[in-house]
Amino acid sequence: MPYIIALIVVIVIIILFAIATFNRLVGLRERVRNAWSQIDVQLKRRHDLIPNLVETVKGYAAHERQTLEAVIQARNAAMGAQTIQEHQQAENMLTSTLRSLFALSEAYPNLKANENFMMLQEELSGTEGKIAYARQHYNDVVNSYNATIKMFPANIIASSSGFTEEQYFQMEDGERSVPSVNFNR
Amino acid sequence: MNDSFNPEPQSARLIDPRETYQPPPKLGTPWIFEDQIAANRRGTFLLMIVFSMFLVIIVWAVSYIYHQNAYMLAFVAAVVAFFTSFFSFYNSDKIVLSMSGAVEATKEEYPHLINTLEGLTLAAGMRGVPKAYIIFDSAPNAFATGRDPEHAAVAVTTGLLEKLNRYQLEGVLAHELSHVANRDILLSTVAAVMVGTIVLLSDWVLRSMWYGGGRRRRSDRDGGGAGAILLIIALIAVILSPIIAKLLQLALSRRREYLADAHAISLTRYPDGLAGALETIANDHEPLEVANKATAHLYIANPLQEYKGWLNSLFSTHPPIEERVARLRRM
Repeated sequence: MPYIIALIVVIVIIILFAIATFNRLVGLRERVRNAWSQIDVQLKRRHDLIPNLVETVKGYAAHERQTLEAVIQARNAAMGAQTIQEHQQAENMLTSTLRSLFALSEAYPNLKANENFMMLQEELSGTEGKIAYARQHYNDVVNSYNATIKMFPANIIASSSGFTEEQYFQMEDGERSVPSVNFNR
Repeated sequence: MNDSFNPEPQSARLIDPRETYQPPPKLGTPWIFEDQIAANRRGTFLLMIVFSMFLVIIVWAVSYIYHQNAYMLAFVAAVVAFFTSFFSFYNSDKIVLSMSGAVEATKEEYPHLINTLEGLTLAAGMRGVPKAYIIFDSAPNAFATGRDPEHAAVAVTTGLLEKLNRYQLEGVLAHELSHVANRDILLSTVAAVMVGTIVLLSDWVLRSMWYGGGRRRRSDRDGGGAGAILLIIALIAVILSPIIAKLLQLALSRRREYLADAHAISLTRYPDGLAGALETIANDHEPLEVANKATAHLYIANPLQEYKGWLNSLFSTHPPIEERVARLRRM
């Protein structure tokens, strides 16, 4: 009889522990999704700004058809991206086409002085900054989620109830002007 | 457009200069604000109680000196103190902002400030962006206020915008945002209003005793040893109140600054930004005109003129900037 009671107590403890772990994992996964949606909002904002930008540039440099079309194409591809992998590639593509667009604008002083163009440029760089911030937060959250589902004993719960590793979101930065900082000193 | 930031490349903010993701730097404290939030809530509650008791004691002491109905007045004071606490919980941010002459910054006028603030909010994973306020003063300084992130405000001086570059400004905003995220702002803002009230009140009592009360009190004194002792206690309470108020602020302020510096770096991943900003602020010897003793502890660096010396460092609301910079450079 005492053995049975002891066994039951142990089983109940294990079940309670399993429930708590499961809930913790669900909470973490929610945080990952939420962090991703923050990136998504900023990506959409970026995509929304581009048609305006292209229109403005067209007014001054309509014959730079190739560059403008590349930007539009990259933007459309970025809007269609589904997986994180696709997003990564498409956004990097968009960044590089935008870079050549802004490089091109250097040759048009009237365009550079255009109020609307300046505002769009600030808006776009602001949005890219926000993407970088949101990406950092997302990666922080993914980092802690991935670490958690790999740790014993949570990994048992994780693997048996379909918690899989989430991907980091990496993006090339527009320009490498900030010195690299080493935190591990 | 009077957006007068230092000329910097018009590129996106580069938080993580490498292509691969780096986890946040290891801090001495866990990368979770929950403990601190709870501690700050408790602290605020405690502060309200202490403040109320203090107000009651002062009123009682004064009315005793003047031979008024001390218990009746003390009761009135208790009621007043309760409502003051309640009121300052909900309105202290507005009081502090208007005390400092801050006006709300619009996105049209300060696009970069607003963008950076919104970005850092994303990096912190916070909901709701604090409002940005501008103080028209050439001394570089900043503070945050409000009772929770949804009702928070970050105020910066025009001097700060002029004298710092983008990365330094980002560091300062990240520092202020950490104060917002871990609810330091609740405690420190309520403290600002209450300390202001206490100092004002005791000032007023001392002065009225000095000029008006003295003679009258002596002429119709009813004497007795117990009465004299109570009178002395009353006097001590009035004299000590500003000192106690000061000590209260100190307890709130110093360790928090280090903590907020560390949290700021986990948002920007760029210690040199904040370190450079602190140095710029320290080397600027202009006092901030809108700051006073009650609001000094809110700012990122002490806005009042500092006099060096051990007694002063004992009563300083901020840790020395050199020490803060040294800690940042070590990260």
